[in-house]
Amino acid sequence: MLSIYITSFIVGGLICVIGQLMMDVGKLTPAHTLCTLVVVGSIMDGFGLYEPLIDFAGTGATIPITSFGNALTHGALAEAEKHGIIGVLTGMFEVTSSGISAAIIFGFIASLIFKSKGTI
Amino acid sequence: MNKRGLLTFASKPVIASTGVTVGPLEMKKSPFSKYADKNYDDERCGLKTNEQGHAKMMEDACMIAMSKLDKTPADAEFVLMGDLVNEMTPSNFAASTIGVPYIGMFSACATSVSSLLMAALLTESGMAELVVAGSSSQHNSIERQFRYPLQYGSQKGATAQWTASAAGVATIIPYIEGAPIITCGTIGIVTDLGLTDPLNMGAAMAPAAADTFKRHLEGHGSTVEDYDLIMTGDLGKIGFELFKTLLDRWEFDVSSTFRDAGAEYYGKHPEFLAGASGSGCSASAYFSEVYDKLLSGVYKRVLLIATGSLMSPLSYQQGETIPCIAHAVEIQMK
Amino acid sequence: MDEKKYQQLEQQITPKPKYVKNCVAAFLVGGLICLIGQFVALFYISFFDFTERTASNPTVATMIFISMLLTGFGYYKKIAQVGGAGSAVPITGFGNAMISTAIEHKSEGYVLGVGGNMFKLAGSVIVYGVFSAFVVALIKTILVGLGVVSW
Repeated sequence: MLSIYITSFIVGGLICVIGQLMMDVGKLTPAHTLCTLVVVGSIMDGFGLYEPLIDFAGTGATIPITSFGNALTHGALAEAEKHGIIGVLTGMFEVTSSGISAAIIFGFIASLIFKSKGTI
Repeated sequence: MNKRGLLTFASKPVIASTGVTVGPLEMKKSPFSKYADKNYDDERCGLKTNEQGHAKMMEDACMIAMSKLDKTPADAEFVLMGDLVNEMTPSNFAASTIGVPYIGMFSACATSVSSLLMAALLTESGMAELVVAGSSSQHNSIERQFRYPLQYGSQKGATAQWTASAAGVATIIPYIEGAPIITCGTIGIVTDLGLTDPLNMGAAMAPAAADTFKRHLEGHGSTVEDYDLIMTGDLGKIGFELFKTLLDRWEFDVSSTFRDAGAEYYGKHPEFLAGASGSGCSASAYFSEVYDKLLSGVYKRVLLIATGSLMSPLSYQQGETIPCIAHAVEIQMK
Repeated sequence: MDEKKYQQLEQQITPKPKYVKNCVAAFLVGGLICLIGQFVALFYISFFDFTERTASNPTVATMIFISMLLTGFGYYKKIAQVGGAGSAVPITGFGNAMISTAIEHKSEGYVLGVGGNMFKLAGSVIVYGVFSAFVVALIKTILVGLGVVSW
């Protein structure tokens, strides 16, 4: 039970280190880095590798953006298993809706209550 | 000798007064702020949008410069000014409020000097008795246009510069005694040495500054020793290092007469990384500290080289390199 | 001036990123965000009817809520200056990209500004996530159909 906290910290931290190396050494912009990580997460699920990582590291695997790619693929595959090829199109947001909907909702609320500030 | 881009003002137009306004952060952190005429408690100057605040800083700077001559901005015959926002709307709105004949100037962060040179030319031609020239920038409106939203978390490296919130204007009139004279200037050549990092603009601009510097000294037949101060615009700490290295290779004496407004703009505060940038950076430094020291006789002859990077977010995303420009103006106090 | 020579000089003088320091900071900040997420998940598992698997959804939403507060009060960019990818890669960074854009563009109104720009930075992540998921799922479905692999 305690070990999940340790693995979460380490796996989550390591995924971020990979991102940092892509930005510092690979000279990628943050947007390119995040897109690449999402694609990697999606491909990992294609090979069935991401779910075991979630079992191992918990939020260490679900909080990094790679999990977004994984969740999209996972939803698509789950639907495809039931409904065949059409499920690839329809199942995509089945699993992952909470991240996007939360970001839209809280983004909108933030725009109502906050003002941008140029403080350092 | 090659006379391309060289300007000499035989009629000795002078800078009669200046007006400098700075934002709240600059007031707290910048050593130049003690020479400024006005500052604001609010980054939007109490107005609704960043861009309105930006225009307000510009208007107030014009107002202050003109009031020092016991005039209102409407008494000016020409206003030449610019900024970095799309289509220079803050300058346009400021000019609209003032209501005088106006030309928007754009040389990115080198607008402070390019507008000064054009104002001197108008005066030299005999067609103007009173011209207002200047430029401004406002952190919030420039950041959102060129980079990211203000609250977006992106890690900036040591080369990144902080866009200053400041406006600086000068009034240019025909020769009178006791005012700093605009003696000559050099229009820069756009220089592009293939650098592409928009967070390292100092390095991209340094060759343009070096080129203009060399052409100015060769063209006007002066040497480094002739000047009490040679001040570049917003090269920042890294760009300024590169600039001095280039001059050193060309065997100029890179002594203590050299300064950079951007590198010094936020003093020793490390959170500003390489220093300040923006068209208000050089304008507010030149028209405050440098002008004051010319008036008080600390400086007799100065060379100001304002630098600008002529890129846009579009050109950068399309993979273009960063073309840069530097304009030089020489000011003397008799 | 020669382009190549100048670029060499520029490389010499421009300080390199502090690779080790940045990586350590990214590790600690990223790890800490995930660890906080783990505690949030524990909260949902203990007090609500969630399993370890299903707790992931409310956890993500909660993390984005926290990100909203940090972004709105101006702390997220300070964390990001230290943490780099450590704050960009977790879902809180995705939230920060959308929330900061929404706040920034409110000056253009709630429809054209907030509504029209919210996905300006984060949109590319969604586009690439969706399209790569489509390609991966399509390939896998075809391969299963051909009997090459199984679900």
